[in-house]
Amino acid sequence: MTGSPPDPVLEEGWVDGELAEELPGLGLWTTRVESGSGRSPRSVRDRLRVMAGRITGGHVVHMRQDPVPWAYRVLWRKVGLDPDVDRPPAERIAVERLRAGTLESQNLLDDAIVIATLETGVPLMAFDADRVGAELGLRPTRRGESLGERALSSRHIVVADADHLLATLDGEVSPDRGVTGATTAMVLAALSAKGVPQIAVEEALWTAVETLHARD
Amino acid sequence: MPDVLERRRRGDLPAFVPPVAPDERPARRTLMDQVERLEGELGSLAVSTWPRSGFDFSVPATGGPRLLSLGELERVRDDLAERLESARRAFSARTDIEEQHRCRIEEMLLAPEEHKWVRVSNEDIGEPGCKHWHVQPRWGIFGMLLNWWRVKISSGCPLPRGCGV
Repeated sequence: MTGSPPDPVLEEGWVDGELAEELPGLGLWTTRVESGSGRSPRSVRDRLRVMAGRITGGHVVHMRQDPVPWAYRVLWRKVGLDPDVDRPPAERIAVERLRAGTLESQNLLDDAIVIATLETGVPLMAFDADRVGAELGLRPTRRGESLGERALSSRHIVVADADHLLATLDGEVSPDRGVTGATTAMVLAALSAKGVPQIAVEEALWTAVETLHARD
Repeated sequence: MPDVLERRRRGDLPAFVPPVAPDERPARRTLMDQVERLEGELGSLAVSTWPRSGFDFSVPATGGPRLLSLGELERVRDDLAERLESARRAFSARTDIEEQHRCRIEEMLLAPEEHKWVRVSNEDIGEPGCKHWHVQPRWGIFGMLLNWWRVKISSGCPLPRGCGV
């Protein structure tokens, strides 16, 4: 059974000027969720099982031409990633489903991200709301910056707040900013790209928030 | 003018240095558009090749996610174009062979006795599934002796479960 969560308030993050000019359409949308993670209720596990049954080899191949997953393939290519190796999240989840034969439930947050990403094709990240600043955005790194203990080259594209780097564009979240078992509130962030309709980004966040509020 | 050029060549005049760095933005925009178009064409080709296997669509990463330099963008564009071209050639060669197999199936159906024991599968004509066409003698050894041949068409892939017996 699903509770009725409060409507999420979506906020548009800032994008560095150079990035906005280089990659028009690139954006970040965030929303705050007043809950932590934990074990997924039965309704979420059932939903994962049903979704796993919808993914076939042909479906994964044709994802390359679906407008939203394709938009992220193009973005990946433009920022120096090979989308056949470092797959965009929706494709990565679908390929993993083919490899494993199912979509295993991990925890409520990961399951919510998997469901929302598969439904919409939009990549999502989550941060501990108490460890990130008020306004999140996208910018290139400056010389000498690092994500946790990983040193990043300059001009790496990252999600950041006013003071810290939070994640790389392809979803590697800084270990000291991510959601843990002690998290009581989190910030969900959805990445948008050129060609991705705004409604898909909003739906991704709404779906994730709704799933995070699911109860048996 | 020739005098000035001659003096510059001799080193009497300093080399001309542009007062500002050249604006890379138009070139970068063009390269981004080309990368987008090539990625779209590569994606279409990858979908067209399904369910065939053995094609290489990978284009090496340049290390990201980051803002690429102009040279790196050019490299991505060139690698994509090269990969697209080689994949198109491989796909074209494969479809030629598949067309020959389709013709062979027609010939087998018209004159099975001229294609004894020949077997063509769905994979040979680029189709999914396990169906195959197999020229076999009618009624076993008796048909072989009398030269009675026919094309036997399989009923497809085995069911994932048994017949329940």
